[in-house]
Amino acid sequence: MEQSTVKFYQTGTFTVGNRLLAPEQRSVQAGDQRRNSLNSGHRACQGCGEALGARYAIDAAMAATNGQLIAANATGCLEVFSTPYPETSWQMPWVHSLFGNAAAVATGIAAAMKAKGRSEVRVVAQGGDGGTTDIGFGCLSGMFERNDDVLYICYDNEAYMNTGVQRSSATPPAARTATTMPVGPNPGNDFGQGKNVPLIAMAHEIPYVATATVADLRDLEYKVTKAMSIHGARYIHIFVPCPLGWGAPSQDTIKLSRMAVESGVFPVFEAERGEVTGVRKIRHQIPIEDYLRPQRRFAHLFGKHPDVATIALLQARADRNIRRFGLLD
Amino acid sequence: MEKPFAITLDVGTSLANHTGSWRTNRPVYLSRIPPCNHQCPAGENIQAWLFLAESGNYEGAWRKLVEENPFPAIMGRACYHTCEGACNRGQLDSAVGINSVEHFLGDEAIAKGWKFTKPAVTTGKKVLVVGAGPSGLSAAYHLAMLGHSVTIFEAGPLPGGMMRFGIPQYRLPRNVIDAEVQRIVDLGVKIVYNTKVSNILETKQQGGFDAVFLAVGAHIAKRAYIPAADSAHVLDAVSVLRSMEGEDKPLLGRKVVVYGGGNTAIDVARTAKRLGATESIIVYRRNREKMPAHDFELEEALQEGVLVKWLSTIKQAGESSITVEKMALDDKGFPQPTGEFETLEADSVVLALGQDVDLSLIEGVPGLTVQDGVVQVNLQMMTGHAGIFAGGDMVPAERNITVGIGHGKKAARNIDAWLRGGVYTAPPKAEVAGFDKLNTWYYSDAPKTVRPVLDIIRRQSTFEEVQGGLDETNALFEARRCLSCGNCFECDNCYGVCPDNAVIKLGPGKGFEFNYDYCKGCGICVSECPCGAIKMVPEEI
Repeated sequence: MEQSTVKFYQTGTFTVGNRLLAPEQRSVQAGDQRRNSLNSGHRACQGCGEALGARYAIDAAMAATNGQLIAANATGCLEVFSTPYPETSWQMPWVHSLFGNAAAVATGIAAAMKAKGRSEVRVVAQGGDGGTTDIGFGCLSGMFERNDDVLYICYDNEAYMNTGVQRSSATPPAARTATTMPVGPNPGNDFGQGKNVPLIAMAHEIPYVATATVADLRDLEYKVTKAMSIHGARYIHIFVPCPLGWGAPSQDTIKLSRMAVESGVFPVFEAERGEVTGVRKIRHQIPIEDYLRPQRRFAHLFGKHPDVATIALLQARADRNIRRFGLLD
Repeated sequence: MEKPFAITLDVGTSLANHTGSWRTNRPVYLSRIPPCNHQCPAGENIQAWLFLAESGNYEGAWRKLVEENPFPAIMGRACYHTCEGACNRGQLDSAVGINSVEHFLGDEAIAKGWKFTKPAVTTGKKVLVVGAGPSGLSAAYHLAMLGHSVTIFEAGPLPGGMMRFGIPQYRLPRNVIDAEVQRIVDLGVKIVYNTKVSNILETKQQGGFDAVFLAVGAHIAKRAYIPAADSAHVLDAVSVLRSMEGEDKPLLGRKVVVYGGGNTAIDVARTAKRLGATESIIVYRRNREKMPAHDFELEEALQEGVLVKWLSTIKQAGESSITVEKMALDDKGFPQPTGEFETLEADSVVLALGQDVDLSLIEGVPGLTVQDGVVQVNLQMMTGHAGIFAGGDMVPAERNITVGIGHGKKAARNIDAWLRGGVYTAPPKAEVAGFDKLNTWYYSDAPKTVRPVLDIIRRQSTFEEVQGGLDETNALFEARRCLSCGNCFECDNCYGVCPDNAVIKLGPGKGFEFNYDYCKGCGICVSECPCGAIKMVPEEI
């Protein structure tokens, strides 16, 4: 992918910024004048991956559109922690309607802007995995098939965290939530359920689909910037660890998303009109255990008698991603 | 303000919500000591000068370097660079070539003619330094930089001490010594050659010196009793290496045996090779693990064809052969004779069994104590006689140039404090930035296209047959491999990864600051800081 052309030997392009890079080569987040579209004082938990991912993505979109951006937000953590009335953390035009209609509201905003001749104003819709893959899925699919000029960003923390960690269709197998089997032979979420929305989005053959994580800022910014350079329906799925729902230390948010990528659990790729055009390769492959072990939602797989069979099934899923997307050289 | 139905509050920004009150631990920025700095006997701030070199500011890097050590070009060639052994990058791929960057900076300074900046104020105090070796010159430099008037009395005809008379030219060209010493002389340090001090108290009084730093080194070769025929050609290492400096090179013959296991033994064996010996054999009484010489020097010597006779002692030396006895290590690791003998052909035998200090100049100095042939000093480098300090090879310590230079600096700071009527207190040392403090994910692997080239140059630079060492691009590359352990290098990671925008970027060179009004204490900045320059501390209640 394009961002790897920046060569800097000490830290590569992995750090957020670098004093030795020319200003135009630095990330949006490294700028001392960055917009902080999602400002301080929001009520997200300590170490919230979604708050971080939202600022990364929206700041990049704001930079790409010179601040001419309107956001429609689904119900969920992001909406709740950023806008407890009468406060707002958003330093941009932002609207919330219902849990399931963010894509439709964004479509309407885009249509209104078109009617008003405000072609410079762009629209993003955003929500968590619940609002995207479950509740808002019909509106989302409609937005895709009509090829409305909206970038939809899904912040995937793999369950309904806002209401107390209930299972969503993005919850991975074996993960424990409030609404999966707590005991029995196979506690946690079932295998063979759930859906992969990036692949479904690709099946709509929309102009641009990408996945990203909060562990690779430059990749994320590159994808958002690229998405904003395209008109039509676009979808970016950002992996955002949730310290509360996953039972992980707050300082491990970025580390966990890095391990999700390096183990193959979460493939990072981009696709145009249904074809995969770029893949972020695994740099130092790690076994799935390394990723699972720090998370209490997988604690039942470890302990005195590790559930080797289930771990092997999860490893097989990661290996399938590696094969399918060519994540290893 | 007219409010709609059921609305009682004004719409406002979330900045009113000070989430910092949630915090139980707070992140704080700190500087830890990088392992290289911690290891350096001369106390160089290696990470700091590499940091400057990374942006191509070579003069700034050189000036930072010489704050601690005035001899980068000499160090870049003759230092044993134990810093590289401590380098955290060694655990990642291979250690940063600190020594080769130092070499480059030293040569760059000589080529560009960079000079030391004279101190703005002088103190009017006079300090005598005895011996113009690494330790004496280092002390003179630091004393002069602190504003004192310094005179060096040197017994020999040229400056450099063991740097000149102990280190062969293939490791350290003499024009490098001359250039770096000249820079100290230009600072106003007076060096009086061919002047052996015989009574230090007398000399101090006559010259009206306020303090003295003794650094006469250890130049008397130790002898071992070896029954030798009249015609046997037995020499000592010190005089062999010293005579390399004169017109007449030492005549060692075609088959040379060197007796001893230190770095000097290896220097002599390699010198003999260069003088045309077909066989250069080191005879050492113990094995390779017990050898005090640095392994890389031995390795280089072996590559050059030097042979080593392990576990052997010389029993007898004849005109063209010697008799050695085989040894065996006992339970405690000491060599014991076995009674097995062997004859080796040898045109000459060079003894490299260590050196003693010439203590004649301090005889009868009240309060000064000598133990095991070396002068005892306290933590301030002062001998038992007030105002007389000592350092380098003549005090108890490991004997090498870098240690000597470190002694010179330490003594200079203590002499300065003593002259001002105080005691020098070193600033408190921060904790060491170990490998576990780093997040090495953020350091990219050095690109394959450059590495092999560099490796060749790295290898070559340790031999002085190769002129120059690193060129600018390689030096820059090498400097940029530094992980900056324990010290912020402004990568913006903390600024970027904070979910609460609670890190304030202060601008180039100024670093960052936490905004504790909003910092929730999640600790992501600490775990994602590549170099370990942030830590969490419990919030005080």
